[in-house]
Amino acid sequence: MEDRVIEINFGPQHPSTHGVLRIKVKLDGEIIVDAQPVIGYLHRNAEKLAEMGSYPKGMIYIDRLDYVAALNMELGYVLAVENLMDVQVPERAQWIRMLMVELNREASHLIWLGTHGLDMGMLTPFFYCFRERERILRIFDEITGSRLLYNYFAIGGVYSDITPKAIEMIKAWTDDFGSKLEEIQSILGKSYIYVSRTKGVGVLTAEDILSYGVTGPMQRASGIKRDVRKNSPYLYYDRINFDVPSRTEGDVYARFLVRIEEMRQSIRIVKQVLDKLPQGDFYNKKYSKPMLVRLKTTGESYVPTESPKGEFGIHLIGDGSSIPYRVRIRSPSFANLSSIPTMLKGYKIADLTAAVSSIDPVFGEVDR
Amino acid sequence: MSDNILVTSLDEALKWGTGKSLWPFTFGLACCAIEMMSAMGSDYDWARFGSDIFRDSPRHSDLMIVSGTVTKKMAPRIRRLYDQMAFPKFVISMGACASAGGPYVRGYSVVDGVDQVVPVDVYVYGCPPRPEALIQALKMLQDRIVAGKVKH
Repeated sequence: MEDRVIEINFGPQHPSTHGVLRIKVKLDGEIIVDAQPVIGYLHRNAEKLAEMGSYPKGMIYIDRLDYVAALNMELGYVLAVENLMDVQVPERAQWIRMLMVELNREASHLIWLGTHGLDMGMLTPFFYCFRERERILRIFDEITGSRLLYNYFAIGGVYSDITPKAIEMIKAWTDDFGSKLEEIQSILGKSYIYVSRTKGVGVLTAEDILSYGVTGPMQRASGIKRDVRKNSPYLYYDRINFDVPSRTEGDVYARFLVRIEEMRQSIRIVKQVLDKLPQGDFYNKKYSKPMLVRLKTTGESYVPTESPKGEFGIHLIGDGSSIPYRVRIRSPSFANLSSIPTMLKGYKIADLTAAVSSIDPVFGEVDR
Repeated sequence: MSDNILVTSLDEALKWGTGKSLWPFTFGLACCAIEMMSAMGSDYDWARFGSDIFRDSPRHSDLMIVSGTVTKKMAPRIRRLYDQMAFPKFVISMGACASAGGPYVRGYSVVDGVDQVVPVDVYVYGCPPRPEALIQALKMLQDRIVAGKVKH
């Protein structure tokens, strides 16, 4: 009777893996003894392919890293390139970037909220979240011309200006998204089943967080109040007011509350940006499109940014040619996912989907 | 047998029924999976076209939408999932990556096209295709099933 431990595979095809994650789970009855994530099912050489073309060409691979928050990924890349080459960016472009990034953070968290509801056996939040997300995507469609992968940020600015119609759409959205969010939160947060399935599940302590390098909402749910936007501000995050939500429980429910509160703060940021949006150029005229492919530089740069999943940064090394020597991607989902063995050990098999979906992994970014 | 009126009519009815009750397989690979979710979500609502019940098991479903980049590590799993599906079964290859490798075609770990692994009925272009394009592909597949033009 000693050898009762059985090993089962979770994934790579499973509705709750948010992509192509495989977890080797060792079970003693219902209790998880060990869980090891197996990744690499979506490894598509983003880093190497970005090192094969000129600096602006790398953008399309960066776009497809975290495909639910593509603008956040683009921001990390353009900031790294601009830091490396000392590119001046017009003020209006920076504000537009902030606006778009915060809208995309909302879209990303809405996808998380909807699929998290699906994982917990609720179909309704999915439809509510996608209804709200489609409104944001329509704004993106109006501004950038595409729905999911934008290639909108350019080195030295953005590719197109915000139209008055888009500003109207954003204003209408900010006015009533708050109440919609309240509604979605109450579906989950007031459900006894949801709360009892998530409270005290998948707990990560502050020491675990630091030892695994976990960042983002997961980190803030475990009591470490750190946000790159506050701690080392990029763009103009130092000029606006917003709070960094945090909790101390470190369980799935705390992550849910932190993400919901982050969405509220994003609405605040969007409202402030709309008030402060100045007139002017939306790109640096020195860096016109034919110039961009000829950019050459030497040196290194790393700019951390706060993506919806955590700290995202790109370490760029230039060797004097027009092709980057190294594009190293610091992806938050990868570090967050590595905490799975600690997070799942000792819990029941039914808690696995709740805990895994609370990481919000996106496999374009984990496997790169 | 084909001259028999009863059997011919039954066959027509069967084709019509198969086309109008496709059960897709919840199987997302990459970026395109998000657009596939949009297509089944609130605004696009492709349940209107008789293909609403996303099944989580390959044994329950008869339409596989390959939505994303097929890597060499994932390709054997896709074949296995396809083999587990019961006949009649159909495959839609969604997006540039699944159809031909897309922007990652130069990568060492990427299969250039899912048609090297499973037979494909309809290809959808775009990176990623909009939900409208996926719905058009679904309609195209349904029409072909009803007309009896699918090969397998």
